[in-house]
Amino acid sequence: MKKYTYLVLGLLGFAALLNSCGNGNQGKSSSGALNSSNAEKVYVAPGEHDEFYAFMSGGYSGNLTVYGLPSGRMFKEIPVFSQFPTSGYGYSEETKPMLNTSHGFVPWDDSHHPDISQTNGELDGRWIFINGNNTPRIARISLSTFETEEIIEVPNSAGNHSSSFVTENTEYVVAGTRFSVPIPQRDMPINQYKGNFQGSLSFISVDPEHGHMDIKFQIIMPGFNYDLSHPGRGKSHGWFFFTTYNTEEASTLQEVNSSQNDKDFIAAINWKKVEEYVNNGGGTKMPANYAHNVYDESTHTATTTMKKEVVTVNPLDVPGAVFFLPTPKSPHGCDVDPTGQYIIGNGKLSADLTIHSFDNMIAAIEGKKFDGEAYGIPILKFEDVLAGTVKSGGLGPLHTEFDGKGNAYTTFFISSEVVKWKLGTWEVIDRKPTYYSVGHLMIPGGNSRKPFGKYVVALNKITKDRYLPVGPEMEHSAQIYDISGDKMELLYDFPTHGEPHYAAGIPAELLAPKSKKFYKLADNKHPYATLGAADAKVERDGKDVHIYMSTIRSHFTPDNIEGVKVGDKVYFHITNQEQDFDVPHGFAVIGANNSELLIMPGQTKTLVWEPKQVGVWPFYCTDFCSALHQEMQGYIRVSPANSNLELSWSLGD
Amino acid sequence: MKKASVLMIIGSFLLMGLFAFPLWNIMLGAPQYPDPLGMDIYIDGIKGVEEFDIQNIDGLNHYIGMKTIPKPEEMWEFTTFPYVIGGMVFLGVMVGLMGYFEKLSYKGFIAWFVIMSVLGLLGMYDFNAWMIDYGTNLDPHAIMKISNPDGTPMTYKPPLFGNQKMLNFDVTSLPSIGAYMMFAGMSLTLGASYMGWKSKGTKVKQQLKKAVAA
Ligand SMILES: [Cu+2]
Repeated sequence: MKKYTYLVLGLLGFAALLNSCGNGNQGKSSSGALNSSNAEKVYVAPGEHDEFYAFMSGGYSGNLTVYGLPSGRMFKEIPVFSQFPTSGYGYSEETKPMLNTSHGFVPWDDSHHPDISQTNGELDGRWIFINGNNTPRIARISLSTFETEEIIEVPNSAGNHSSSFVTENTEYVVAGTRFSVPIPQRDMPINQYKGNFQGSLSFISVDPEHGHMDIKFQIIMPGFNYDLSHPGRGKSHGWFFFTTYNTEEASTLQEVNSSQNDKDFIAAINWKKVEEYVNNGGGTKMPANYAHNVYDESTHTATTTMKKEVVTVNPLDVPGAVFFLPTPKSPHGCDVDPTGQYIIGNGKLSADLTIHSFDNMIAAIEGKKFDGEAYGIPILKFEDVLAGTVKSGGLGPLHTEFDGKGNAYTTFFISSEVVKWKLGTWEVIDRKPTYYSVGHLMIPGGNSRKPFGKYVVALNKITKDRYLPVGPEMEHSAQIYDISGDKMELLYDFPTHGEPHYAAGIPAELLAPKSKKFYKLADNKHPYATLGAADAKVERDGKDVHIYMSTIRSHFTPDNIEGVKVGDKVYFHITNQEQDFDVPHGFAVIGANNSELLIMPGQTKTLVWEPKQVGVWPFYCTDFCSALHQEMQGYIRVSPANSNLELSWSLGD
Repeated sequence: MKKASVLMIIGSFLLMGLFAFPLWNIMLGAPQYPDPLGMDIYIDGIKGVEEFDIQNIDGLNHYIGMKTIPKPEEMWEFTTFPYVIGGMVFLGVMVGLMGYFEKLSYKGFIAWFVIMSVLGLLGMYDFNAWMIDYGTNLDPHAIMKISNPDGTPMTYKPPLFGNQKMLNFDVTSLPSIGAYMMFAGMSLTLGASYMGWKSKGTKVKQQLKKAVAA
C-alpha cells in the first residue's frame, strides 16, 4: 500500500515537473480560481512563442505583415504589391517581373483581404492569398518561405475588392470587381453607364500541388458594384456569395444615388455548375491582355508571361447557376457561418443584420419562387430566403466572424463596437466598444469550417489618442479581445503598419514546424549564381559587366574590381554562401539608383548599377552580419568611357 | 565454453556498430544557437549533426584561428581506424569460433580483450592529442586573439569527456552510440572470458568427481 502511494506521489511530481518546464503557455491560461489579469493573457515571456500567427493586410502599404497573437508583436513585413527597399523586392532584377501588369510596371497596390489555403474546409497552411485592389491582381504567398511567389493580373476588373477568398479545398480563389466597367474596355460616355457597364466575377483555379493560379472563367454580371464575398462551405460548398451595392447603376454622386434602393442584392453563384459548363466547352474566349508573374524558388527569379485570352460566361447561358437574394440597405460584409447554413449580409446603412438561410434559398429556387429578375437573373423573394434579423441597436454593421461555438461577432463602424450574437436565436449576447471605427475583425480560421475561437482581433481605422501622438498621422490600431468566456474582454491594443484592412490567423503549430530556415546552395539554379568563392568572376558583354560575387561572414569575393567604365551597366549578382538560419548579407553600392539587397543564405540576387562618374567607389554589407560586418566592404574602380583598362578583380593579394 | 564462445562472437560483432554509428559527439551550444551546432566523430571521418553544422563551426572557428575540421583524407586515422576495427572484429570472431570448437581456451578471449583495451586507450590518447593541436595550434593571423587572465593566449581544446564553457559556447563532449556498442561488446567479451574460466573450473571439478567416484 505504501509503495503504491509513493508511486502516485512520484507520478504527480513528474507531472508537475513536466508542467513547470515543458509548457510555455503555463501561467498564461486563465484558471477559474485565479482571475489572472489581462496583462498576463497577452504576455509572452522572452524567448517564448505566440500561439497564433496573424497575417494582416497592409492596405495602402501594398504589403502583408505578420504578427503574433496574443502578444501583438510584429515578426515580418512581406512585400507583395509594393517595392520594398528593405530587401530589394521590386528593385532586384529577379523580383522586378513580379510587379509587371498590362499597364506596365505598377510598383504599388492596395492590399485588402488575405485568406489562407484550405483542405476540406480547414486551414492547411500552404499558402496565403491576397488581392491587389487598385490594379486588379491576386497574389499567392508561400507559408514556408513567407515570400510572394505568384501574382496574376485580373482583366475586365476594376477595384478588385470582393477578393481573395478561397473555396473549401482551395479549388478557386475569387476576384470580384468592385467597379463595373465597359467589358471589353472602350472609349464611351460615362453617363451611359447604366446597362452598358458590367461587373466580372473571376474564378481563379489553384493547382493543388504547386499552387499556380490560372483564370478558369469570368462570369460577366450586370453593372452593379460587387463589394465583398465568401464561399459556401459544408452543405453550401460549391456556391459563392457576393454582396452588391449600386444596383441603381448610378454613375455620379454615388454617395446619394447608389443609396436609393431599399434593398440591394447578395449574388449567389453556383460555381460548380459554371465550372461544369466551362469544362464541357461552354463560355466565350475573349481577347484579353494580363500578366502572370511566377517566382521560381530554385532560380530565385520571377518571370512574366502575358496572357492573351480569358473565358467569359454569360450567366443566362447557365440556368440555375446565378440568383439574387434581396438584402437591405447597401450590404457590405458577406459572411458565411462555419456550417455553411447562414449567409450574413450587413447593411452598412442600417442598424440590423440580415441573415439568409441556405436551405431556404435552395427550397425557394426549387419552388421557382421568384420576385422578378434583373437583366434576366432571377431574384428570390426576400421573405423566402430570410432566416432572421439581428436587431442590434448599433450603427453601420460591416463584417461578421464566428467562434465555431454557435456565436457570431459583428463590427459596427459608425458606433465603433463589436457585437456578439447567437446564430439561430439572433439575440445579442454582448457588445464592447472599439477604439475607434472598426472595419474588419478576425478570428483565426474565420473563413473556414473550423474557427479557433479564442481571440477576436478588431482592425480599427482611426487611432487618435491610443498611443503617444506622432504628428497628424498615426499608424492604425488593432485590438485583441478574449472571447473564450460569455463576455468579450478587451486585452490589449497595438499599432499595425499600413491599414490593417483584414487579417487571417492560424495556429502557430500549423506553420512554425515547416518554416524554411535557409535556401540550400546546392539547389540554387540561378543562372548567375556563384556556388563557391572559387567561382567568383567578372565578365564583360559589350557594355554589360556581370560580376559573380559571393558573400560569407565577413567578406565579399572579389572585394576589388577594376576595368569598369562610365556608361557600363554593371550587374552585381551576389550569392550568399551561408547555410545557417537567419544569416543574410546585405549589399549596397554608392549612387545606385534603386535600393540595397538583402540576400538570404543560399540565395542569389542581382542589383544593377550604372556608374556615371569616374572614381573608386565603395560597396558594403548593410546587414550587421558578424563582429567584422564593418570590414565587409570592397571597391569598384570606374574609368573614363574611352579607357583601355582590362577587367580585373581580386581578393587578398 | 560453448555459451562463452557465442558471447565472445556477439561481443566482437557489436564493434561493427562503429561502422554505422558515431563514436563520439561534441555539441556546441550558445544563446544565439538555440539549436546547438554539433559534430559526430566516426571512425572514418567527422560529420555535422545537421547538414551544415561543420561549415558553420568552421565559420565560427576562423575568427579565433582554428584549423577547419579535417576531411577524412586529411587524417591518417580515418583511413586506418576502419581496418583496425575490422581486424579486431575478425580476430574476435575467430577467437570465439576457436573457443567454440575447443581449439582455444578462455585465455584467448582475455588476450583479445587486452589488445582491444590497449588499442582503445591509444585511440583516446590520439583523439585527445588531435584536439589539443586543434585547440592550441592557432593561426597567428587570427582575427581575434584572446588571452587568459594570466596573459597566456587562450586555447580552445574541447573536453575529451564532459562539459566545458569556452567563450560564449557550452561545449559538451560525450561518447555516442558506436562507443556504447563497443563498450557493450567489450563487456560481453570480458563476460565471455569469465564464463570460459568458470566453465573450465567446473569441468575440472566434474572430472575430479568422476575420478573420485571411479
Ligand atoms: Cu555581412
